[in-house]
Amino acid sequence: MYLYSITFYIFSLVAVLSALMVISARNPVHSVLFLILSFVNASGLFVLLGAEFLAMILVVVYVGAVAVLFLFVVMMLDINFVKLREGFLQYLPFGALLGIVLIIELGILFLTKSFSKNSLNKFVSSPQINEIENTKLIGQVLYTDYFYLFQISGLILLVAMIGSITLTLRDRGQVKRQNISSQNYIDANKAIEKKKVKLGEGI
Amino acid sequence: MNNFSYLNDFIIPGSIIIAQILAVLMPVLISVAFLVYAERKVLALIQLRRGPNVVGPFGILQSFADALKLLTKENIVPANSNKIVFLLAPIITMVLSLAGWAVIPFAPNWVIADINVGIMYLFAVSSLGVYGIIMAGWASNSQYPFLGALRSAAQMVSYEVSIGFVIITVLLCVGSLNLTKIVEAQATVWFAIPLLPMFVVFFISALAETNRLPFDLPEDESTLVAGFFTEYSSASFVLFFLGEYASMILMSSMTVILFMGGWLPPFDIYPLNAIPGVIWFVIKIIFILFLFIWVRGTFPRYRYDQLMRLGWKIFLPLSLLWVVLTAGFLIVFDMVPNSL
Repeated sequence: MYLYSITFYIFSLVAVLSALMVISARNPVHSVLFLILSFVNASGLFVLLGAEFLAMILVVVYVGAVAVLFLFVVMMLDINFVKLREGFLQYLPFGALLGIVLIIELGILFLTKSFSKNSLNKFVSSPQINEIENTKLIGQVLYTDYFYLFQISGLILLVAMIGSITLTLRDRGQVKRQNISSQNYIDANKAIEKKKVKLGEGI
Repeated sequence: MNNFSYLNDFIIPGSIIIAQILAVLMPVLISVAFLVYAERKVLALIQLRRGPNVVGPFGILQSFADALKLLTKENIVPANSNKIVFLLAPIITMVLSLAGWAVIPFAPNWVIADINVGIMYLFAVSSLGVYGIIMAGWASNSQYPFLGALRSAAQMVSYEVSIGFVIITVLLCVGSLNLTKIVEAQATVWFAIPLLPMFVVFFISALAETNRLPFDLPEDESTLVAGFFTEYSSASFVLFFLGEYASMILMSSMTVILFMGGWLPPFDIYPLNAIPGVIWFVIKIIFILFLFIWVRGTFPRYRYDQLMRLGWKIFLPLSLLWVVLTAGFLIVFDMVPNSL
């Protein structure tokens, strides 16, 4: 049990510290790297909870794909660090307000007695945890009880994808394209034309 | 009394785990050295040269001599680089290429961590491999490494998609994410036979994922000097080198587990099944590694747009189609494993 709590405190401490560094690091690339560290530690916490599937999905999706694109964009942008800091005081009250509202809402959730296991079970169909491995468990719940919601979220993602493609797709005029199959079927007869040239005349 | 409980609770299990880790990592690191030697020798044979033949009998100690030479050189950190990230990048590459070995089953019960989501763990670790390269390219603060890093980021993210679909196809036939169960499910027939197209897609995507020829655009020496590790020297270069080859061996062991039956013999008959499983496993890994080197010796490098076309326009639709086909086949013939 000692080991469990020690690991928990290490993971959560690093997660919280790196989350703080995300918003306080001067260099945006460092921010993204700290964000990744925070994600990895969060997935460590999921493993400690026994939710190994969620932990791995977190690493694969957020760290392996989303954060790579984040890093990609931040690296490519020519960011002026001084300009980035200019609006700090201007936005401070608004940001602080958002933070306070969030803390109060979380506090209400935790303080009211309705936040207990029994009350949650009214809304959530929970299969027997600890008996089946949690990959199977998620599959059972997601594809039976929440089937329509799952489909709808898929459709929303599809719409978002089509939207972003229509926003970025534009006619760029003359773009040279290769027709791969026609290139593969090129043979010597098509590529080379033989001509008999008379001496002293040229083509 | 109290001392004894500490000994039983922490020290003995801890030292057993460390011994297990060393027992896996030392052979991996040594096999990296021999893989580099084998690669140079095989390439030399393909090109009708003699290859390394001076250090040790048949030049077999060449890699150790190279490593010694590199480690005794000066470690140069460029003045304009981002020093912490610059030094962190090779360490991350190395650590990630070794971390995946924790879940690899070498033989029945020969595995450090037999976790339920073994294949997801391997996929996660291999998808993190891109960070070492991106960080190296950015922190070097120089043009060629940066171009290499950008190429590798786009390339690895693209090919991960088709690797993911190939893994799903295999998982549909197994019904579990545990690597040991994936191997045991191939007792009758290796998945390489019924899922042959997926095997080919997986192998080619593995080439792209490990930045090997013909997809080594990130370190394309004829246009980018040495790509993302242009600025690296000495020990940090050795770490990149070791990491790249260790992840090559990791990807080939992943191929063996998913498609070639892991430690299982090809046929379950007497002289074949008397050989221990770990030897079959190693023989199969060596075969896949030979394919890696063979491909390097025979194919020219892809152009970047051809690489992207292959990933997104051919492998992605093909693997998606095979996921649907396999699922449909399993449902129609009522062969879904552990149905509920």
